Amino acid sequence: MTDSVATLPHPNDLPFSAPAAEPEWLSSLRRSAWDRFERIGWPTLADEDWRFTNLNPLKQLSLTPSRKPASPVTREAVEARSLLKGIEAVRLIFVDGYFAPELSDRPEFDHGIHVASLGQALGNSNGSYRPYLTAPTRPELNAFAALNTAWFADGVAVSVPPRQTVSLPILAIFAAHGAAEGPTTNPRNFLRLQEGSSATFIEEHVSLNETPYLTNAVTECLVGEQASVEHLKIQDQSPATHHLATFHAWLERHSRLSSHSLALGARLARNDLRVKLEGEGAECVLNGLYLTDGQRLADHHMVVDHVAPRCQSHEYFNGILSDRSRGVFHGRILVQQEAQKTDAKQTSKSLLLSDEAVVNTKPQLEIYADDVKCTHGATIGQMDEEAIFYLRARGIPLPVAQQIIQLAFAEEIVERIQERAVRQRLADVVQERLKIT
Amino acid sequence: MFKIENLHAGVEDKSILKGIDLQINAGEVHAVMGPNGSGKSTLAQIIAGRDGYDITQGTMEFRGRDLLDCGPEERAHLGVFLAFQYPVEIPGVNTTYFLKAAVNEVRKARGLPEMDAVKFLQYIREKAKLLDLPGDFLKRSINTGFSGGEKKRNEIFQMAVLEPDFAVLDETDSGLDIDALKTVSHGVNQLRNAQRAQLVITHYQRLLDYIVPDIVHVLHDGRIVRSGDRDLALELEKRGYSWVAEASATLPA
Ligand SMILES: Nc1ncnc2c1ncn2[C@@H]1O[C@H](COP(=O)(O)OP(=O)(O)OP(=O)(O)O)[C@@H](O)[C@H]1O
Ligand SMILES: [Mg+2]
Repeated sequence: MTDSVATLPHPNDLPFSAPAAEPEWLSSLRRSAWDRFERIGWPTLADEDWRFTNLNPLKQLSLTPSRKPASPVTREAVEARSLLKGIEAVRLIFVDGYFAPELSDRPEFDHGIHVASLGQALGNSNGSYRPYLTAPTRPELNAFAALNTAWFADGVAVSVPPRQTVSLPILAIFAAHGAAEGPTTNPRNFLRLQEGSSATFIEEHVSLNETPYLTNAVTECLVGEQASVEHLKIQDQSPATHHLATFHAWLERHSRLSSHSLALGARLARNDLRVKLEGEGAECVLNGLYLTDGQRLADHHMVVDHVAPRCQSHEYFNGILSDRSRGVFHGRILVQQEAQKTDAKQTSKSLLLSDEAVVNTKPQLEIYADDVKCTHGATIGQMDEEAIFYLRARGIPLPVAQQIIQLAFAEEIVERIQERAVRQRLADVVQERLKIT
Repeated sequence: MFKIENLHAGVEDKSILKGIDLQINAGEVHAVMGPNGSGKSTLAQIIAGRDGYDITQGTMEFRGRDLLDCGPEERAHLGVFLAFQYPVEIPGVNTTYFLKAAVNEVRKARGLPEMDAVKFLQYIREKAKLLDLPGDFLKRSINTGFSGGEKKRNEIFQMAVLEPDFAVLDETDSGLDIDALKTVSHGVNQLRNAQRAQLVITHYQRLLDYIVPDIVHVLHDGRIVRSGDRDLALELEKRGYSWVAEASATLPA
């Protein structure tokens, strides 16, 4: 056991995950995840995957899973923080990591579509979620995903039977209070889309106050044959908080995934995206935008694993950085020997608005098949002087011209969101955030 | 209306413009011709207010205003327009949105109310028709993926929309097919009136058949070495630039 993890509580000692409170398979899953977390310990800068992201500030916090909120929170208070307020969706609201049924919609779907709190699903069902939580993918868990498994209290469970479409976006709002000691919330979402089904799942992470906490979220998504899923993660936490998130997806034949990450807040935000294209002809788009200022850091780290032939993966990440903020983009594309006719593309672009902002990008192609198309490109730079001059020469004042260029840069990402109302709202939000002051 | 006196400009240690004098009166069209690298685009960019050139000597004024003291946007508000030799692609910025912003900024600077959205759309559609532009033009990002000729036409389209009082056209004819050349020239000529002026930079006297200049200047190595009427353009076409260069070398300094 490394020193820094010695002070953290074991899952057996937590009220909600004590062995008496849950089925044995889950307790044992938590114990082995805990063992793994202890073994790997905190990543350090010496760890290749964490070279640019220093977690030392996290170690100052005495991390422990957050407790159920002592005083009630209103739906208004949560929605006031939500960027998607008023957008039509089924809302499931979690406060400090715990499901708040009194604040949430009661989704009632027909045809066997199941949308519920994962905690409830695990508690009262016949163990139908067990195979997915204990899937053979576990060994890949990074330290934080392992910690999440050990500590998670709740999240969203979605299960869509063959050929069914979930008619409304499912919106999970994770709202949290910070506190001096820096509690940890561990949202855990699980989506299973069976053959030919489709759904939109949005996770939104927001803060209810301005004090520190850590979010350590995991979302797992199984996309069956010809199923299609749109996943959106909106992170707009207070600058006092830290945010770690892991997204895992497994794609079967001819399925489609588009996953969007909007990193707008938090002192440090790290997103680990892991996509495995397991079935022939599967397609995924990973799309992300981050806006950072002050001393903030946004880090997207992804591994796209082409296992099967004729799959496509496209990654697009744009960042706009001001002040002394930092961005990290690490995109690894792995094309296995069987994965002929892979079409993989990756671009990362960053706009630096100050001389002190820094971006580190690291594209990494590992190709073991011979008939593939793989490209990557990264640009890091200031705003295009020529473009600014062109706009000014038409009468558009300098600050407005700069704003137009930044907005276009952000729009490139936002416009890939398929869910129309959400896209339009987020375009407005981004415009507001980039407003000249 | 527009006057440059003894303009010297360059970059770092390279001097590009070496004493330009140019006066253009309201109602006139002047043409500037000259070999590659003689400083034509530099002159055009400096008129529009491009940063990055050191202006070491000289003055430039428009309707009595000191242009060198104005930012590019202020010059546009005063009615100065540059059709770029190499129009810039700006992905993600919709052409209609951009033009609306431009028109309204100019109006605002002149104390006029903003144009409402419906009226504006009607207005630009008419202008697009005048220049025979494809329908999706207005919806696309500025110049993004446009062919060379389309970019040039887009410049003149913007000019038609902004109706500038002093327009500088930098090789707008290069890359245009013969039909487009006529359409574009027609667009330019529509703006011609007794209160306005134009400065047309070109390598080809053919353009001057359509946009007929009052005066033709030859720019060579950063200086205007000769000025004359439109016959000068015909003569240049026949004899090449070496002829003026040699002739000017023999002139007393
Ligand atoms: N920003 C710059 N930095 C360095 N050199 C420059 C710059 N701008 C122009 N020049 C140089 O100044 C000279 C004049 O360039 P300019 O573009 O004005 O020529 P031009 O007459 O427009 O040529 P063309 O007919 O090819 O368009 C060239 O030698 C060019 O390389
Ligand atoms: Mg030129």
